[in-house]
Amino acid sequence: MTALIIILVIIVVVILMFVSMYNSLIRLRNQVKNAWSQIDVQLKRRHDLIPNLIETVKGYMTHERETLQNITNARSQAMNATGVKERAKAEGELSGAMSKFFLVVENYPDLKANQNFLALQEELTSTENKISFSRQNYNDQVLFYNNKIQVFPTNIMAGMFNFKEETFFQVEDKSDREVPKVSFS
Amino acid sequence: MWELIQSNKRKTMVLFVAMGIALVLLGYFIGSYFIRGGGIFGIVMALFIWFILSIISYTAGSSIILSVSSAREVTPDVHQQLFNIVEEMRIASNLPKTPKVYIINDAAPNAFATGIKPENSAITVTAGLLSKLNRDELQGVVAHEMSHIANRDILVMTFAGIMLGSIVLISEVFLKGLWFTGGSSARYRSKSSSDSGQAQIIIMVVAIVLAILAPIAAQLLYFAISRRREYLADANGARLTRYPEGLASALEKISSTDLDLKSANKVTAPMFIINPLKKKGMKLSDLTSTHPPTSERIKILRSMAGGVNYINYQNAFNTVKGKNSVLMPPAALADQTKIDIRKASSGMESSSNVKEKRTLGDLMMTVNKYAFIACACGLKMKIPPDYKEKSITCPRCGRKNEIPLGDITAISKVAQNINI
Repeated sequence: MTALIIILVIIVVVILMFVSMYNSLIRLRNQVKNAWSQIDVQLKRRHDLIPNLIETVKGYMTHERETLQNITNARSQAMNATGVKERAKAEGELSGAMSKFFLVVENYPDLKANQNFLALQEELTSTENKISFSRQNYNDQVLFYNNKIQVFPTNIMAGMFNFKEETFFQVEDKSDREVPKVSFS
Repeated sequence: MWELIQSNKRKTMVLFVAMGIALVLLGYFIGSYFIRGGGIFGIVMALFIWFILSIISYTAGSSIILSVSSAREVTPDVHQQLFNIVEEMRIASNLPKTPKVYIINDAAPNAFATGIKPENSAITVTAGLLSKLNRDELQGVVAHEMSHIANRDILVMTFAGIMLGSIVLISEVFLKGLWFTGGSSARYRSKSSSDSGQAQIIIMVVAIVLAILAPIAAQLLYFAISRRREYLADANGARLTRYPEGLASALEKISSTDLDLKSANKVTAPMFIINPLKKKGMKLSDLTSTHPPTSERIKILRSMAGGVNYINYQNAFNTVKGKNSVLMPPAALADQTKIDIRKASSGMESSSNVKEKRTLGDLMMTVNKYAFIACACGLKMKIPPDYKEKSITCPRCGRKNEIPLGDITAISKVAQNINI
């Protein structure tokens, strides 16, 4: 009789442990999804702002067609990209094109006095910041989640219910690492 | 961040237990001094005072502080950049909800955060802060305040303040009462028997000693916690923005002002990023100030090398202080990935002195719901919200300018974009 009770208790405890492990995996996976959607909001915001920006600066920057074209191309590429890795790459290129653009802007004092442009510049700067902050947050969440999947005993659970590791949002853009070159020609 | 919150919670518990014991002892001895065997009654009274103060602070604390400081809640059109920065820092610190934004119409630069829970918190800045700081500096200040919210510093400081307040209140009332009655209750009771008379004298001595020492001890404890928390918020602010120089140069600008923040008082002063009451040249002693010396805070931020995580701040702290003191719990320092310092954001230089004064004036008027109308001659007129006429004559060229009908505030937004 007592043996039966002990076995029952052990079974109940094991089941409870499994349930809580499963729930913690689900919770972490949802946090990763949530963090991703936060990046997504900011990336969309940037895509929406760019046509506005091009429209505003077109008249001022007639000699910078190439720079503007680069931004437009990078934007459409980023909008069509699928999967975390591809998107990270495309968005990284867009970030690079944008930072080049803001360096060029320094040569146009008329543009820098335009109120509309200043408001847009503030919006874009803020959006760039939000992207990088939400990216950091996403990577933190992915790290928690992937760690949980790899360590014992949750790795058994993850294997059973097919929890897959998530990919980090890494920006593979050289211009991010390089110091911007300034020429006085 | 997580480890910091956990260790904050543990430390807070220790603090509350220590202060709670002081409060109970104080109540017991004062109670037994006034009434024979009234120790329990004294404890009940002390806890009652503490309870009432807690209820008031918990339910109405933030709104009392905000209204005493004459802070006003503003909408994003008043200062879009500030709202952007607050949202950026909300994302960086992974808080569920963006704090509300308040502005104080004062030219003295300063800022503080309120809100016992992160869900209903608020960040308040002065108009002077907005006009003096550039984007990176403003971000540093907001990051510091956001760290106070995320670390539950406001909760801790509020309840530590209430404990301190109760202890001070009870001791003061007791000592004043003793002064006026001249210890008559003790003399009256000493007639009954010499034995209990002796006990009564011991109780009286203990009560007086406690009433003198407890407030001092509680105050020193409170100040120590407050200073530590300022350092931690600086460390966290640097980590959130990845740009310690922003906060450092903001602190430098705020501390170099000789303007007084009119609405600040002794109670609200500890909440600000830099003590608004500390006049220049007046050096408060290290033990009895709620804020660490600003020059030291700046020096630590500027000597952070190689990255902006907690280890970098701890190392810089040790270097500047010249001794190894534990600022962060080891758990927070254990697992730290390297975070690089970012570059300054371009095209965000601080404005000239004249322009700075003009933006300050405009900002203060916008907060006060003034309307702006641009005359054809290029003059920008500021119209107070209670202006009744349908038109206004330009003081420079004499043209008559129609004031659009309806709410004067509705046009202020449009006119702002003209901005001459």
